[in-house]
Amino acid sequence: MLRDITLGQYYQTDSVIHRLDPRVKLVATIIFIISLFMVDNVIGYLIAAAFLACMVKISHVPFRFMVKGMKSIVFLLLIAVIFNLFLTPGEPLVTFWKLTVTKEGIRLAAMMAVRLVFLIIGSSLMTLTTTPNNLTDGMEKLMAPLKRLHVPVHEVAMMMSIALRFIPILLEETDKIMKAQIARGADFESGNLIKKVKSLVPLLVPLFISAFRRANDLAMAMEARCYRGGEHRTKMKPLVYHKRDRTAYAVLLAYSMICIYFGRFFKI
Amino acid sequence: MGIIEAKKLIFEYIRRDEEGNVEGITRAVDEVDLDVKQGDFVAVLGHNGSGKSTLAKHLNAILYPTEGTVWVDGKDTAEEKYLWEIRQTAGMVFQNPDNQIIGQVVEEDVGFGPENMGVPTKEIWERVEESLKAVGMYQYRKHSPNKLSGGQKQRVSIAGVIAMHPKCIILDEPTAMLDPNGRKEVIRAVRALNQAEEITVILITHYMEEIIHADKAIVMDKGHIAMQGSPREIFSQVERLKELRLDVPQVTLLAYELKKSGIALPDGILTYEELVEALPFRQKTDRILNG
Repeated sequence: MLRDITLGQYYQTDSVIHRLDPRVKLVATIIFIISLFMVDNVIGYLIAAAFLACMVKISHVPFRFMVKGMKSIVFLLLIAVIFNLFLTPGEPLVTFWKLTVTKEGIRLAAMMAVRLVFLIIGSSLMTLTTTPNNLTDGMEKLMAPLKRLHVPVHEVAMMMSIALRFIPILLEETDKIMKAQIARGADFESGNLIKKVKSLVPLLVPLFISAFRRANDLAMAMEARCYRGGEHRTKMKPLVYHKRDRTAYAVLLAYSMICIYFGRFFKI
Repeated sequence: MGIIEAKKLIFEYIRRDEEGNVEGITRAVDEVDLDVKQGDFVAVLGHNGSGKSTLAKHLNAILYPTEGTVWVDGKDTAEEKYLWEIRQTAGMVFQNPDNQIIGQVVEEDVGFGPENMGVPTKEIWERVEESLKAVGMYQYRKHSPNKLSGGQKQRVSIAGVIAMHPKCIILDEPTAMLDPNGRKEVIRAVRALNQAEEITVILITHYMEEIIHADKAIVMDKGHIAMQGSPREIFSQVERLKELRLDVPQVTLLAYELKKSGIALPDGILTYEELVEALPFRQKTDRILNG
């Protein structure tokens, strides 16, 4: 059933990581990604790997869920590896036809592969342990200082959470319109690509019209319930840092210091 | 002065062609006078295009009168400084439950109104709990609204409005998209609120069965108030209702036809029980059975 799809890829279970404040997880993900690109020796990567493994372990999310996320980037990963492998100038090792593999190339390609794999695992760990709702809340709170620069932070967060709420509804509607059009002889299956794209027009037009109508209704309903933007608004579930969040920040600080010290300045 | 009052309310839609030139003006609401007392249950009836929804939108300051005035709790809706107070005093429930639920979890949606009003967090939780209990949806507070039935969604919408502690709720065809069971559920919840919490209810509908419990019914046609009075008074004028293209409940229609063919019955019968009680041969058989 379309109603049952989960958005993002939240994995429902209970763990310390799940209970952490979304802001901590957002900051942690960013720091982890930065640390991956700062590090340039084996020890650094080992530290990052150990840190990541610990986090995966205490999140209680099965590892295969993170591998799932990797499937979508296999192609990107291959391109990055191949480009680095063949296009890095340096000491030549092997030459096929016009392409030369260099020692530096192998090193860079391996580093790129490890970085990308860790990056995907790290960020999918965040999305797997945080509900989309929590994530938008966290982003809103983290970005709050940008309000001074007239960035509509609250509005963007509100738009994101409304979009999340309406995706299943619009999917269901697409399904309904599709069935209605099929019942009247529309053909979405056969033909070449251009024909298939053309056949989507009778699906998209009613879908857009209905989406606009819904948006209009929703705006009216929100206004009727006194919605007037982020000003003067209180929160039903405000984000509050707990002790575990402060501990997490401490762990994060320790990790980044160790990782950068050994990964960048420590020479073997 | 009642909680909601309207005097010579006129609202005009301006129709424009593609270049934006005025093509014509449609009067959706035409000189409507309204006076609703605190605690009343008022039903507004009318077929499509009779102006009943337009009227409803005036009571929550979504639309402003072209001419005439609307007061909500003594405040003129046309004055901008009262806008948020009016919207809080007169909450509004719309037709399509999917298009008015904002939260991804039931309790978050109910909390949306109080959040907007700037109610402190602790009190929001109290309000959410009490309003979900009032409509009998408390056990669903952690559910996703997408997985509820239409009647349940509409009850959540009602809870979302009650959480703002309004004095009056305006329901704009809240049952039009529901199945018969969902309709009953919603009407039952609305009646309970009216009786237990003494919230004024203005129910816009085109289902005649839904108005039999109202204190007062108003029938609209072409923007005018065509009839008003107690549901019984309204239902006793079957011919007039037919002229206005409104369906009379089956029992009322049956009683009316029986009366026309010569059986002595009172006017405006609303329920099956009443009809059975009133039927003359029933009285006769009762007399025979009881000796």
